[in-house]
Amino acid sequence: MSVNLQSAPAAVRDSAPARREGPRKARGLSRVGALFVSPYVLFLVVVFAVPLVYTVWISFHRFYFTAPGTDVDSPWVGLSNYKDVFTDPVVGRAFLNIVIFLVINVPLTVGVSLVLATALNAKIRGRAFFRAAFYLPYVTASVALVAVWQFLFGSDGFVNHLLGSHAPDPSWLVNSHLAMPMIAVFVTWKQLGFFVMLYLASLQNVGKELYEASAMDGAGRVRQFFSVTVPGVRPATTLVVIYAIITGANLFSEPYLLTGGGGPDHASTSPVLLMYQKGIEQGHPDFAAALGVVLVAFVMVVSLAARKLTERGN
Amino acid sequence: MSDTLETRHRGGSAVRYILLSLGAVAFLFPFYYMVVGSLRGTTVGDLSAAVPAGLTGANYTAVNGAISLGRSLLNSGIMTIGVLVCTLVFGVLAGYALAQLRFRGKGAVFAALLLVQMIPFQLLTLPLYLLVVRDYGLGDNYLGMILPFAINSTAVFLFRQFFSQLPQSLFEAARIDGASELRILWQIALPMARPAVLTALLLTFIGPWNEFLWPFLVTKNADMQPLAVSLASFLSNLQGTVANPAGALLAGACVLAVPAVALFLLFQRHFTSTDIDSGVKG
Repeated sequence: MSVNLQSAPAAVRDSAPARREGPRKARGLSRVGALFVSPYVLFLVVVFAVPLVYTVWISFHRFYFTAPGTDVDSPWVGLSNYKDVFTDPVVGRAFLNIVIFLVINVPLTVGVSLVLATALNAKIRGRAFFRAAFYLPYVTASVALVAVWQFLFGSDGFVNHLLGSHAPDPSWLVNSHLAMPMIAVFVTWKQLGFFVMLYLASLQNVGKELYEASAMDGAGRVRQFFSVTVPGVRPATTLVVIYAIITGANLFSEPYLLTGGGGPDHASTSPVLLMYQKGIEQGHPDFAAALGVVLVAFVMVVSLAARKLTERGN
Repeated sequence: MSDTLETRHRGGSAVRYILLSLGAVAFLFPFYYMVVGSLRGTTVGDLSAAVPAGLTGANYTAVNGAISLGRSLLNSGIMTIGVLVCTLVFGVLAGYALAQLRFRGKGAVFAALLLVQMIPFQLLTLPLYLLVVRDYGLGDNYLGMILPFAINSTAVFLFRQFFSQLPQSLFEAARIDGASELRILWQIALPMARPAVLTALLLTFIGPWNEFLWPFLVTKNADMQPLAVSLASFLSNLQGTVANPAGALLAGACVLAVPAVALFLLFQRHFTSTDIDSGVKG
């Protein structure tokens, strides 16, 4: 991808006498290109690189919130913050919660969105309507949808009225066994439309002849779905998994709002929610920074493992 | 043979419609419930709330009294428009440079662009909060609200993909005529990129408009809070102040949902599955 600018003008001069403007132009272009891209680079440095380095730095120091302008020492404390993170049982619970989230979210997303995309992948009446309907939750704010879900799944809510005596007790969002699964289902529902569209695009790349050939061999629709469609859209499935990991690592609004600040006994606490509570509410930014670094490591390990798994599937 | 194929086809399409309709109900019912619930005089969670009856706008007045909808909407608007303008101006420049110009470090910038999309953004909120609020003093400030989203990397990627597809010869000709790169971008590339620009704007819009965590951290003053934040504070601690809390909450949710939903429905045709695909392909 990178262009060797030193040799480029010479090459142009030698090979293309018709473009005598070459050397000057090429050097001029390089300046314009760098100029055009510089605001974006500045943005990446300010919003990504500096905070990333800053977190790592804080995580190795005793760090206090201070009023602007005041100078307070931040002594080096080595791995002390990390020790605190690893010995805190709530941290373990928060990471377990991401695992619960992934175990529910990934199969549900892959299964339902692939079935819906397959059903949508034909010239049928109302196609535009269905696509819009599926996409609606994806474009709508979490906060707005959380409000409706609280109302639907509250102890005196619509769903419990439907279920009558079968309603869970305590109710969905305040039940320590159901709080995290509810978050996983909510997020799956909210983002499903995006993955339906992703699979729909991916289905265009599955050769029609594969379906014809398997039909000739007497495969039914269900058989075709499992032996042609599912392997055909594997790259999209890998993306679903990676997205789910990133979403799980980013969870904040749902545990904070849907299950009232992390559910009963931290049953739906997420690492980012914990970073907020420890770092900003309780004033331990150094603990929160170390937790952030651990979370990045967790995301990398899980993503790598997931990639290994999907590649083995190939 | 043709007979069995036809029956199978008809059976398949019935299954298709049943599946799609079930999906549509699951996706649309909460929205329907939200609208109907927001219009009822007393909103309780029972089955009757799903039936529109005794409709009133009182809940909208109530939530407006509790969190000042107009002011919140204005804050959401300023934050979102700030992000859109920055993404459009700087994102198009960066996308064009990455697609059509040669410069030192281009490969590194593109690699960073792809990498950034993989970093869980929320992880950076704590150090960003320390920097923006404590060091730069941008708490309760529009600039502070906009900064982390100022240039949307997915949009830059979309612009780059689109500008790469335009024929090179077009740009060569303009360059030989002595047009500046800015002029080529403005007069040749951009007019052709309208579908990409629309998609990118729509994708960019829903980010800051729906965002909760960052403005929640940056704005403590209720007058500066965007609607998602003021609605969330209504959800967690202001519900007791109105007569029909559930109805008022749903009314606020409707107001927050409508702009994004309306824009999406309006530009739906431009928002095709292939765009989404190229947006995530990396």
